[in-house]
Amino acid sequence: MADYRKMWEDLGMDVKTHDLLCEALPGAVIEVYFSQENRPVGMDYFNAVVAEIHGLRPAELAEHKKKGGKVVGTFCIHVPDEVPIAAGAIATGLCSGSQFWVPGGEKKLPAATCPLIKASLGARFDRTCPFFRLADIFVGETTCDGKKKAWEILAEDAPMYIMDIPQMKRKKDYDHWKDEIFGYIRRMEELTGSTVTPEKLHEAIVLLNNKRKALQRLAEFRKLENIPISGKDVLLITQIAFYDDPARLTSKINALCDELDERTRQGVSVFRKGAKRILLTGTPLSIPNWKLHHIVESLGGAVVCEEMCTGIRYYEECVDESGKTLDEMVTALTERYMGAIHCACFTPNHERIDDIKRLVREYKADGVIDVNLKFCGIYDTEGYFVERELKNAGIPVLGIETDYTDQDAEQLKTRIGAFLEMLGN
Amino acid sequence: MFYAGIDIGSTAAKAVLMNGAKDEVLARKLMPSGWNSRETAEELLQWLLSLGHEREEIHVTATGYGRVSVPYADSTLTEITCHGKGAAFLGGNDLTVIDIGGQDTKIIVLKNGRVMDFIMNDKCSAGTGKFLEVMANRLGVTLPEFFAMAERGKDITISSMCTVFAESEIVSLMGQGTPREDIARGAVGSVVVKVVALAGRKGAGTPGMGDCFLTGGFCETPLMIHKLSGALGAGVRTHPDARFAGAIGAALLGK
Repeated sequence: MADYRKMWEDLGMDVKTHDLLCEALPGAVIEVYFSQENRPVGMDYFNAVVAEIHGLRPAELAEHKKKGGKVVGTFCIHVPDEVPIAAGAIATGLCSGSQFWVPGGEKKLPAATCPLIKASLGARFDRTCPFFRLADIFVGETTCDGKKKAWEILAEDAPMYIMDIPQMKRKKDYDHWKDEIFGYIRRMEELTGSTVTPEKLHEAIVLLNNKRKALQRLAEFRKLENIPISGKDVLLITQIAFYDDPARLTSKINALCDELDERTRQGVSVFRKGAKRILLTGTPLSIPNWKLHHIVESLGGAVVCEEMCTGIRYYEECVDESGKTLDEMVTALTERYMGAIHCACFTPNHERIDDIKRLVREYKADGVIDVNLKFCGIYDTEGYFVERELKNAGIPVLGIETDYTDQDAEQLKTRIGAFLEMLGN
Repeated sequence: MFYAGIDIGSTAAKAVLMNGAKDEVLARKLMPSGWNSRETAEELLQWLLSLGHEREEIHVTATGYGRVSVPYADSTLTEITCHGKGAAFLGGNDLTVIDIGGQDTKIIVLKNGRVMDFIMNDKCSAGTGKFLEVMANRLGVTLPEFFAMAERGKDITISSMCTVFAESEIVSLMGQGTPREDIARGAVGSVVVKVVALAGRKGAGTPGMGDCFLTGGFCETPLMIHKLSGALGAGVRTHPDARFAGAIGAALLGK
């Protein structure tokens, strides 16, 4: 790995504690990723990015800042990245998927808070993540109670901007979210000193649609009988998509897809014949949370789709590009960022169940695993309907609750192993 | 050919040998799992070999959390699949299997002898055998003595689901002079509440779900069966071999 210590020190990080994370990550990447056989060559780029996750991209962000540019950190896929990009800023995801940061978060938050929120606050307060040092502003949102209150605590140390996401999908809620996006535009203009013109916003919409189309193209391979790429690899790419430069990422994914086209012509599969196809639904899997994919695929299953924020919800729908005026474009963003995302923070949310059933058909899934991050009340409660509706539709489903630790790995292996056996593994 | 099933659980290790037609259990062995699954597995192998058949004549399937520690197993399967198969053999093809194990409690829904659905307790030990083991220790008696006491006791409520908190609750009950018999009965009731909540999530006891069938270490405990059927509002059946359900299922699934 290149030496980034100087940059980390300049960012005011606790480099000594951070070293512990740097020591642990390569082992995890080797165990989960490099142990796979027959990986596409196009994964090399993503391997390099994850190997230097706290160096490569942060160095680019630092360079951008040196030239007077701004970095905007976000936590939720309801927040449109087109806005900061149109204002000349770089947008980066901040959601944290490692147990490493959880104890830091527990110094401020109740233990009964979901690990994603605890890890996010821990990463900032313990000064052990460069992205949490580089962001000039942190954009929070009112999706769940845990996040809402956590932002108040985070605001004591970091510059926050909060967007008020509605909890229902009525006309007045769309109007409200549209208003919030306009507010976000004004805040970003204030931050960067540059105006969001219709031209710039259109460019940003096209840029991110291209990223979505590349991710959609990648997902198509998972519908095939012979799947040329593992679920783990697709998860990694999706996670990196939250951080990486959008244009470069798009070209790397498309290059990988060209290779996968060739593999498909040759009938290459990375899974053994008859591997049971699993769709995951539920709470997000932030980098480096690869636990469930690793268990499912180590037991001989194939993860074919994630009905999650780190999955389909992130890239399945594009933003309508036909808008000419700023108002038309913001309407299109509102439709996409509120109407097309079926998060459990909304009531009612039956569109999510319809989505799961549709995706099971499209990706020919044999079974669904409903994943809940411990202490996520909304997804846990919605699990009642997910389980019942899938069962009524004759789709086998397994509910799993887990966190970022490895303590439950053996129990999960038994549950998931039994589920695969039940499906006829 | 003979078929052996080895089920190494957290507390007890069970092994059975079945005939080639897989319709008769020829021998059974029950022993504590001990602290070393490998040694336990080795001891079970010696027992198998002592039954008078060559190793090559026996197909061994291992299950339970210690299944990875059975180096001589010809195949391994999870305890859910094995318990389901074993329960179907002992109790019939359409059942809701309730298995209260040493550290896991599982509910398995069987239709036509196949596992259709299952649920296991979360990470904590509430509602498992471990809970009662800890409580028996606290009262200074063995588990059989504990159940004998509970048979004589009056129902009291032990509200703590957490094993650690329940232990302190019991300490205060002891301090107040509550009879040990009542405490033991209360502890059994506490496990039943937790198990029934889990079983309820899978519709146990509702019409069309088939009978409830208890497997695991408590199948010879009338009080447990009585309390479970009371709380479920449905009959709970069991079988003298129900403790071996996992091992029997493993043997049956050997190919």
